[in-house]
Amino acid sequence: MIPASFRYRRATSVEEAVAMLREADGEGRLLAGGHSLIPLMKLRFSEPGVLIDIMRIPGLTGVREVDGGIEIGATTTQVAVEESDLLRERAPMLAEAAEGIGDPQVRNRGTLGGSLAHADPAADMPAVMVALDAEFAIAGPGGQRSVRAGDFFQDVFTVDLAEDEMLTSIRFAPLRTASYAKLRQKASHFAIVGVAAALNLEDGLCRSARVAITGLSTHAFRLPVVEEGLRGRRLDADTIAAAARDAAAGVEQINDDLFASETYRAAMAEVFVRRAVTAAAGRV
Amino acid sequence: MSETVPISITVNGTSREAEVDARLLLVHFLREDLGLTGTHIGCDTSQCGACTVLIDGRSAKSCTVFAVQAEGSEITTIEGIGDDEALHPVQEGFWAEHGLQCGFCTPGMILAAVNFLERNPTPSEAQIRRALDGNLCRCTGYQHIVNAIQYAAKRMAE
Amino acid sequence: MTIAPDQEQPLVGQRVQRREDGALIHGRGTFIDDVKLPGMLHLAFKRSDVAHGRIVRIDSSVAESMPGVELVVTGAELKEPLPPVPILTPFPAPAHHAVTPDKARYVGDPVAAVVATDRYLARDALAAIVVEIDELPAVIDPVEAMTGAPALVHEEFENNVALRIVSGTGVDTETGVVDDSALRAAFEQAEVVISQRMRNPRLAPTAIETRGVVAHYEAGREYLTVWATTQRPHTHRHYIAPAVGLGEHQVRVIAPDMGGGFGAKKIYGEDFVAAILSKRLGRPIKWIEDRSEAFMATTHGRDMIGEIEIAAKRDGTVLGIKARLIADIGAYEMLLTAFIPTLTHGLLSGAYAIPMIRSELIEVFTNKTPTDAYRGAGMPEAIFFVERAMELLARELEMDSADVRRRNFIPPDQFPYATQGGSVYDSGEYERLLDKTLALAGWERLQAEREAARAQGRLVGLGLSFYIELCGIGPSTMFPSGGWEHASVTVERSGTITATTGASAHGQGHETSFAQILADQFGIPMEDISIVHGDTAKVKQGVGTVGSRSLAVGGTALRLAGDKVKAKMATFAAHLLEAREADITFAKGMISVAGVPESAMPFADVAAYAYVPTTLPRDTEPGLSAEAFWEPEGLTFPYGCYIVQAEVDRETGEVELQKLVGVDDCGTVVNPLIVDGQIHGGLAQGIGPALSEEVIYGRDGQLLTGSLMDYAIPRASDLPRFELDYTVTPTPLNPLGAKGIGEAGTIGATPAVVNAVVDALAEFGVRHLDPVLRPEKLWRIIQGETS
Repeated sequence: MIPASFRYRRATSVEEAVAMLREADGEGRLLAGGHSLIPLMKLRFSEPGVLIDIMRIPGLTGVREVDGGIEIGATTTQVAVEESDLLRERAPMLAEAAEGIGDPQVRNRGTLGGSLAHADPAADMPAVMVALDAEFAIAGPGGQRSVRAGDFFQDVFTVDLAEDEMLTSIRFAPLRTASYAKLRQKASHFAIVGVAAALNLEDGLCRSARVAITGLSTHAFRLPVVEEGLRGRRLDADTIAAAARDAAAGVEQINDDLFASETYRAAMAEVFVRRAVTAAAGRV
Repeated sequence: MSETVPISITVNGTSREAEVDARLLLVHFLREDLGLTGTHIGCDTSQCGACTVLIDGRSAKSCTVFAVQAEGSEITTIEGIGDDEALHPVQEGFWAEHGLQCGFCTPGMILAAVNFLERNPTPSEAQIRRALDGNLCRCTGYQHIVNAIQYAAKRMAE
Repeated sequence: MTIAPDQEQPLVGQRVQRREDGALIHGRGTFIDDVKLPGMLHLAFKRSDVAHGRIVRIDSSVAESMPGVELVVTGAELKEPLPPVPILTPFPAPAHHAVTPDKARYVGDPVAAVVATDRYLARDALAAIVVEIDELPAVIDPVEAMTGAPALVHEEFENNVALRIVSGTGVDTETGVVDDSALRAAFEQAEVVISQRMRNPRLAPTAIETRGVVAHYEAGREYLTVWATTQRPHTHRHYIAPAVGLGEHQVRVIAPDMGGGFGAKKIYGEDFVAAILSKRLGRPIKWIEDRSEAFMATTHGRDMIGEIEIAAKRDGTVLGIKARLIADIGAYEMLLTAFIPTLTHGLLSGAYAIPMIRSELIEVFTNKTPTDAYRGAGMPEAIFFVERAMELLARELEMDSADVRRRNFIPPDQFPYATQGGSVYDSGEYERLLDKTLALAGWERLQAEREAARAQGRLVGLGLSFYIELCGIGPSTMFPSGGWEHASVTVERSGTITATTGASAHGQGHETSFAQILADQFGIPMEDISIVHGDTAKVKQGVGTVGSRSLAVGGTALRLAGDKVKAKMATFAAHLLEAREADITFAKGMISVAGVPESAMPFADVAAYAYVPTTLPRDTEPGLSAEAFWEPEGLTFPYGCYIVQAEVDRETGEVELQKLVGVDDCGTVVNPLIVDGQIHGGLAQGIGPALSEEVIYGRDGQLLTGSLMDYAIPRASDLPRFELDYTVTPTPLNPLGAKGIGEAGTIGATPAVVNAVVDALAEFGVRHLDPVLRPEKLWRIIQGETS
């Protein structure tokens, strides 16, 4: 399959990329690893007029510690996330989630920022970011702003990013007691459901929890009922099971497709909440 | 009509310069412009891995990369792996262990395995199978491919 | 690097490394898309995006004016010059035009074609063609279709029924008269009768290389050369020549290296279009199928419902099987579409002595991609039905899976055995193979482990299947595409051998295994032998590589051609060595007189003499070359047994295959390395349909599994390590004793996996499950929903 024609621009700075987006006037798309965008372009589901390559922008790639937090550049590849010693040590959920994305070749090219900005309803990383309460740095014509992951993901392939804005980095507080678990769709390896659980554990009690899900509905979001069920409790199997029980309750628009009906997805939400929380609690 | 873009790419150690259509896929650049037909195309949604090459040492699906994105990169295709006198241990393994039948997925399989063994020289069988998640084979049922990679790992450790 | 075979031993039977691989591991194969000619144009097809409808208008004016576009043609414009796509079966069939002129009958039915200077521009032009179709209701459910609802796919086929055949016990094939008395009696006497409706999913063959063609018509020479992805180049030539107004002698078909076939790579409408447009434009034309196109445009396989009744005594003895088979063949007939489901009937006896078999087969048109041969071709359907039925019986009678089969096996002294399904089985020692499989798997230990796992609440199951396969296809009376094969052997003047075979390989390793046969026959090293195939200009005749026939039929033809040359060489040697022909032996590169070691000549010297003879023996001609056609008297029937251990995740319904143990018997094994590979690949293609592979259409006829993102063929991490062994029961039907192995795993694996999963879910009262066993389906059973 062959993509439709487009104009190609290579940005050398964030400012230049934003200017190019502006100039493209709605016709522009940023190109990082291209592993979400190019397949769509080949099927001609997407026909952008201008592609702006941001992979050459210095400083946009890498995992680093900043003021006690961790910052990941938007064009960092999934494999770099998977292989980062820093993340394995301080935020193992990321490496764990990265390992399960697509396949090795896809992880070698696909970028974290690209996956987040694309916001496939079944992508893994959005749930991870929401559970970590990550902060997304966004550059636009008016300068920088930041948005919480939970507010960034809005709908199917829809995020809080204007046509002339770009995601530049992701920042979050390191957390060991977090885990991601997913049910893989066999052909594509996307998540039928994927659950990221981030727990704040203290003296054997769960002080607070952030549990986010992907694949279940239009986009990744938190499951407040589950979080409430975990808060302030000792996380034994019964508590976790009870908290997970209503994982999908109240979720509107549960996805229903060839691979999983609404009923099954809802049930898997419960199963994978339980698995993710159990694994996270075991990471003490 | 899209514009052309100048590119400069090193392929199998030789530097190549060309003016290409921006939408030209890397796999077509390799196959059509450079005549390196060992890189194959088996799907259009980045699943099959027949088009796998190494870009700066990492395995990648060249059907999901525009040639312009590879600007300045070093590409290794199957033609750049081993030669008749000295096969790469992975090639040797594929031959010795009957890791191929029709041979269509083989170049991609070999390059994926080369990259994998560099990262993990002493893999378990389960790790090898996971490492092949990006490469489909319809002939072999994978068992002889797994054997081939085990063979190569052993040879490379010698 | 090669591991040299042991030259002291016969090469047949050795794990000889393949000679094909030296080029392929460097990417030096020449596959269809690697064929490039000066001035070559690119062809692309505009395909219907609705399942059923009348074409109202096709506007290609914009496309025609686009840069690089040479030509746009519609089906209406091609209808006149091009005859319909060939159909080899003797049954009535609707005309099938390469590009449909009036009505679209499935999503993917070509409606127009574009030729452009470059594949990118051809794709752009497709996007600019406007097709207006007046939609008709889509015929999707084959059972509903049999009532003529909601529409007719072909007006001339009432109730969408393409074919209805009643076969088996009590059916007079000459008169068509059906006598039910014996069958009825068997079912009345039965102590147990089990009925089950079963279904084989529709599958996409999915060779990793898609189809393609390069057609090059040379005006003036009036000669057409076609490179095509085809398993049968000579058949291809036979049909393409008249389609473009040429004789067979004016056409050369080359099957280059081919990235898998599995039955699906044969002649299609696209081949005709490329050829005729090359002739029209005087330029070479290439068409390469996209993967998403392949899911619509390359024939599918299976898709059969079986309503199965099995009658038995309480001791497990089967008295009869009745089957109503409904095959959803899609929108058109291709080469063998209607023939394939008839093979199901032929194997309904499985490995068992079943005194009564009756089937009614109904083939139904629907608005889907046409079906045709796909690895196993009608046989996986039969064995799935039989092996599920045996398992249902075992369960009903509380018998061990192995015991119920053992009770019904055809005993070794009964061969050749004529089944009530109309097949004559050549040879077999089924019980010996079963016992070997049970021992290899540790059947009793596995059963104990299963009980232990179940005691822990785990859902572990064991599945056994005993398959039989029909192959070595011939004689011609039984097969619409010819049942012989051709070979030639030439001893060159330097003493090397060039041989040709009509069996056109695409991964099966003929260049290696066929050379092994000749090396043993002539006593010369394999390196001195080359096997040529896949080119009608180099290979005189051929039927092709289908139905696991290459070794049994093609290998035998080669051996017989070799015998002829060898006999002549013996005459020459006897003349030169002044000995009797009967005493001449061939070994280790020498031709000798038996018992007189000093009376010997190098093989090459006799070869040299043959081409520059000083004096010729009486009644001989110079030269050493011979050919042979060989047609077997009957089919071969390989068989085997697979045991699968599977565990179902109680929470998700996901299946983990933990173990697959198997023993196969394909008669003589020429190269165990290659045979292992064939079995492995076959197993993967049998496991896929059990667990993940299924072509699915929406109610509107849209193809919902149109890419590899939705159609899940097995990956390495989905499969266990297969543990395999052999028994060897040669066939008496050919001098090699070889039966065939290409489809074995595919046929036997699906029922073994399904049996294991049904067993794993025994606690939920499950009797039967149809593939595909997707997690949700199993999860629902675990939740207490009835299957």
